[in-house]
Amino acid sequence: MTMILGLYNYWVVIVLMMIGFYTIIAHGHLIKKIIGLNIFQTSVFIFYISVGKVEGATAPIWQEGIILYSNPLPHVLILTAIVVGIATTALGLALIIRIKEAYGVIDEDEIQAMDNQAMVNQDKEHQ
Amino acid sequence: MVGIALAVNQIKDMFAVVMLAGIYGLVSASFFVAMDAVDVAFTEASVGAGISTLLMLTTVAMTGRTEHEASHKPLLALILVAITGGLLIYGTFDMPYFGSADAAVHNHVAPRYIYDSMKEIGVPNMVTSVLASYRGFDTFGEVTVIFTAGIGVLALLSVAQRPKDDAAIEAINDSMHEKHLILRVAIKTMIPFILLYAFYVQFHGDYGPGGGFQAGVIFAAAIIMYAMLFGLSAARRVITQPFVQLLSALGVLLYGSVGVVSMINGGSFLDYSVLAADPIAGQHLGILIIELGVGLTVASVMIIIFFSFSARREYQQANKGASL
Amino acid sequence: MEGVLSLLSAFFLLIGSFLCLSGGVGILRFPDFYTRMHAAGVTDTLAATMILIGLMLQNPEMLVIIKLILILLMTLFISPAASHALGQAAALNNLPPLVDLHIKDLESASASGDKTSKS
Repeated sequence: MTMILGLYNYWVVIVLMMIGFYTIIAHGHLIKKIIGLNIFQTSVFIFYISVGKVEGATAPIWQEGIILYSNPLPHVLILTAIVVGIATTALGLALIIRIKEAYGVIDEDEIQAMDNQAMVNQDKEHQ
Repeated sequence: MVGIALAVNQIKDMFAVVMLAGIYGLVSASFFVAMDAVDVAFTEASVGAGISTLLMLTTVAMTGRTEHEASHKPLLALILVAITGGLLIYGTFDMPYFGSADAAVHNHVAPRYIYDSMKEIGVPNMVTSVLASYRGFDTFGEVTVIFTAGIGVLALLSVAQRPKDDAAIEAINDSMHEKHLILRVAIKTMIPFILLYAFYVQFHGDYGPGGGFQAGVIFAAAIIMYAMLFGLSAARRVITQPFVQLLSALGVLLYGSVGVVSMINGGSFLDYSVLAADPIAGQHLGILIIELGVGLTVASVMIIIFFSFSARREYQQANKGASL
Repeated sequence: MEGVLSLLSAFFLLIGSFLCLSGGVGILRFPDFYTRMHAAGVTDTLAATMILIGLMLQNPEMLVIIKLILILLMTLFISPAASHALGQAAALNNLPPLVDLHIKDLESASASGDKTSKS
């Protein structure tokens, strides 16, 4: 019982991570893949922040008379991670816009079909 | 949150999915507050629930609203996910319990950061002191990543802008004025306060939650709101493209120069203690300048990204007959 | 004095939470987009006001009260503007209300304007 109480935060994180992972690999729509990646990233943030929490402590801002603080180190790492995450998401979305302009569709399977068709046409031309 | 993630997985309407992703970000921000991570919650709320939702909505507006049916069965994906999940759960049996004070992460460097931060740096917000001073080099890398993302978006999406003359901008302004009168008046009064709040967050980051990243995002949000209400051309007149590109590069340069100046003064790279006569004053000065650099770069890169997305949309709509 | 203050703040906080809850129930149960938005917008703003007043009474320090008053003013400005933006977007895109009231502005606005663009 104490094991479940002690470890349940990790299990919730793993469930979220797996849902994000499934969204990335099982859906063809590119924007949905990026949102799945976002879910995955946020679950990792939750993991780190929950590891840094200390029972009965307060936020890591120094105040008179308080001795127990939550660990500021994971907070710093996750701050960096969030901002880097948004940077990569923005670049990914820009790529999606260009893909849409070039191919006309956003679904991964249809793009693959168009590429295969283009290769077949090219082989026919060269023969 | 698990419910929201499952809904994102199943729903086919992309607009609803993007809204759910925004709600997911906001709920996780409130979770971070419950975990005493106030700086992180601030950043996640502004970035994950604000800018991220905005950019995804712009992309959905340009690419279509529904998702097509998957053409292959997802059974293999489910099996893979189940195996990975099972292995990860097996791996958690060794981890320390939630909230325990003797976990490994609390034992090595963290006590020094917590208890000596006030003595060595003199800044009450420990997250800022770790971010800006103890781990200042990582933050430098992060600013460079943001700058690179800005350059990448510019390379992918920039459209040669012919500056519209004043008459054209006035025409757009008048046509939008009637439709959006209430919004314009109500939100226009709020924009100065939002900008002021961005400055407050920037400089108050030493004493409370805040700092360069959050301030930059809030500043960019105010400018983006102005662009949405008054038209992209009007906003481009206020914040010209060369100016904002210069600002983003200036932020990174400022950060690097602080490091070089500390080397010139005899210390190592990004060692702020040698910047002034008293080491604590030097730390304060160093943290102030680099947070300014971070705020500049983040604000200008967010503005660049939004302007590029909107300009591309206008370009697509203008060329609708010709290309796609 | 302390007891009266904490009782009063508890009262305001409870009213605020009840309003939030009823707004949520309204979103689920009302039949039409416009009525749902009315439920959400009105109850959200009032609930935020009540909760903020309750918080002000919790710990009556000057600085905290001033900050909370500023947040209250901002909420009063922004929340109704947001509901208005939603309603206007729906009206301009010809979302028909449940009861056709032949609103003149709706017909003329949808005739002259097209989709609200972002920029």
